[in-house]
Amino acid sequence: MTASGLTVGAPPEAPRAVRFRLTWRVWLLVVLMFLLLLSFVRVVSDANDLTSSGAIGASLAAAVPIAMAGLGGLWSERAGVVNIGLEGMMILGTWFGAYAAFNWGPWQGVVFGAVGGVLGGLVHAIATVTFGVDHIVSGVAINILALGWTRYLTSLTFADYPGGGDTQSPPLPTIGTMSLPGLDDPLSDLEKKHWFFVSDLAGLLRGLTANVSQLIVVAALLIVLSYFVLWRTAFGLRLRSCGESPVAAESLGVNVYFYKYVAVLVSGGLAGVGGAFLAIVSGNLYREGQTGGRGFIGLAAMIFGNWRPAGMAAGAGIFGYTDALQLRSGDTSIHALLLLIALLLFAVAAWHFSRLNRRWATVAAILGGVTLGTYLVSDTVPGQFTSAAPHITTLLVLALAAQRLRMPKADGLPYRRGGG
Amino acid sequence: MAARFELRRIGLALAAPLLAVAFAALLTSIVLLIAGDSPSGALTTLVDAAKRPRIQVQILNLATLYYLSAIAVAIGFRMNLFNIGVDGQYRLAALLAAEVGGVISLPAPLHVTVILLTAIAVGAAWAGIAGLLKVTRGVSEVISTIMLNTIATALGAWLLTEHFSVPVAGSNNIGTKPIAASGQVPGISLIPDAHKSKVFGLIFLAVIAGVGYSVLLNRTRFGFDLRATGRSETAAVASGVNVKRMVLITMLLSGAVAGLVGMPQLLGASYSYSLDFPTGIGFTGIAIALLGRNNPIGIALGALLWGFLDASSVALDLEGISKEIVVIMQGTIVLSVVIAYELVRRYGIAQEQRRVSRDLSAGAPAGEPEGAPA
Repeated sequence: MTASGLTVGAPPEAPRAVRFRLTWRVWLLVVLMFLLLLSFVRVVSDANDLTSSGAIGASLAAAVPIAMAGLGGLWSERAGVVNIGLEGMMILGTWFGAYAAFNWGPWQGVVFGAVGGVLGGLVHAIATVTFGVDHIVSGVAINILALGWTRYLTSLTFADYPGGGDTQSPPLPTIGTMSLPGLDDPLSDLEKKHWFFVSDLAGLLRGLTANVSQLIVVAALLIVLSYFVLWRTAFGLRLRSCGESPVAAESLGVNVYFYKYVAVLVSGGLAGVGGAFLAIVSGNLYREGQTGGRGFIGLAAMIFGNWRPAGMAAGAGIFGYTDALQLRSGDTSIHALLLLIALLLFAVAAWHFSRLNRRWATVAAILGGVTLGTYLVSDTVPGQFTSAAPHITTLLVLALAAQRLRMPKADGLPYRRGGG
Repeated sequence: MAARFELRRIGLALAAPLLAVAFAALLTSIVLLIAGDSPSGALTTLVDAAKRPRIQVQILNLATLYYLSAIAVAIGFRMNLFNIGVDGQYRLAALLAAEVGGVISLPAPLHVTVILLTAIAVGAAWAGIAGLLKVTRGVSEVISTIMLNTIATALGAWLLTEHFSVPVAGSNNIGTKPIAASGQVPGISLIPDAHKSKVFGLIFLAVIAGVGYSVLLNRTRFGFDLRATGRSETAAVASGVNVKRMVLITMLLSGAVAGLVGMPQLLGASYSYSLDFPTGIGFTGIAIALLGRNNPIGIALGALLWGFLDASSVALDLEGISKEIVVIMQGTIVLSVVIAYELVRRYGIAQEQRRVSRDLSAGAPAGEPEGAPA
């Protein structure tokens, strides 16, 4: 079995005449367009939480664990190792982070969370790199193993403390927040006016600059640092060469095993930081099942981002946004999102139509019509569905985007030294 | 000569799981020692518990569910398809089958058939979404089935609480309308002295699934195509296999079997889908399919081992040992068994190479000494 599985339905990319490059200007344009659309939806549906600074701040906090898992996936898959075990490494991060935070302090918790993740990564590296086990099989096993270990350790450690139990830790000390000085009050005033676009922009900026946990800043720096290391250093080039063509890398004297090990260990460490964030910042305590599949969503964010850091961060942002909205007056906010999704689907249909792709234009238009219809005939989305909003989003986004993506060429394939 | 090689092959095939279980036992013992518990005491507790007839019935019943789940996973595995969504498929299937079974009333054999067919259809449909997404949009089934699990949970909770629910007598649990006697499958008294607890009547469903799986894969054209696609997609395409069609059919089949997972429990014990219907069996199935190497007999042994560990672990708590130690043991077994299979495979290949080179050098004509491969 190969971890990449079958690759049907993804025809080879045809060379296009005009190469479309995603520069920062394009990104800014996309973000502004999106905000304009959101602003429109907010005014139409009267769901003011869509762009409130509270919702944006919560989205940022919800996006961080997803982004850390996604970044972990990026490191490992760029070196050619598929990492389904991110979820398990994240689980280890929650427990290790909580244990150290409870006993020594929040920042020690973050470090130990990373250590826990690295331990998970080490198991994955030993299984996949040294023993050549199928990557997905090993990842699934690590998820089971991590759950068992943390359950066992929790019953041994936290059960006897006040507030703790067999499935959760006592409350943990938390990490401080920071704000950009001088922005909070004027932005807050603007936001309260509920003007079209202006208030939305103010809400966005305020959410991103006021009372941001210091660990969020660290996480953002980690994404930038990862980009720099992987794309701007010789080390990163060698690491990525192991994911594209390990045999070629080997012939140039690159120690493929070493780079794969480093990548998977870093991957585990980042997922562990994501787990520690969940326990220390988001939850303020360790709770069994806290990760809730965020490791998998992080993986989806990475695929959405085409195995690149900026795209991954954007994906994590979208998933974090839906995750945060469902917790804040979820039924009305998610209901308003239906309108947004319908509009986006119509845009996709128009785009397909302009490329004379009738079939997909029709499919997208029908889906858009159904979504719009659902929006119009209902007032709220049932609470049970809002909890699945990030997952439905993931599925939708992948269904729309998966064919345009290119994963590292040797991703998930077994490699043995001298085997080329 | 041939018989000896057969024997060696069987020996090699058995070596891996035995090594893995031994390694897992060792690791678990170390953990227990560090925690200040006695490993031998824990083992005695587990084995003693398994001697009780009531626990034996439980082992068989759990193994039935695990077996069906593992077969569902294995069908996909044989074709390199990772159906991680068995969990969502069986829960949704059980819920809808329970509702259908509770609402309708038919003569006994027909009633059960309708319930089973509903479960099969729902399981297949839910897995089919992932299959369709894969063949039309190229979405990896690993991610899509994981997402569909959570969506199934949400959909199930909504259906149950908003549409199907009736209060369960004597508790604040809610469930679907109980299935009438004509839709129930009575248990079998396989194990003497087990008093009231009986083995699920639908244990034969697991047997049928195992035999069907084996025949389908090894004795039909479809099974051959499926295995060929799993081994080498390019070779399969070259021999005229429509891979997209195979992916869809395999996903539907896997989902259909997954739909059956909850049935022995539903028709043999619960008679209604309520909030406390067993969950997580889909993931257990993945572990057991890996342990049993997609082999119907191997999977049966794995399912029994898992059933034993799960059913007996309750006794550990009474001895003051965390029963979560069993989950550690299970996780370790899964990971070490896949590593052990790989090691044994490499060892087998090295042996084979050595044997061929020995045979060749022994049989080579005298004039061509360089004919022997290194």
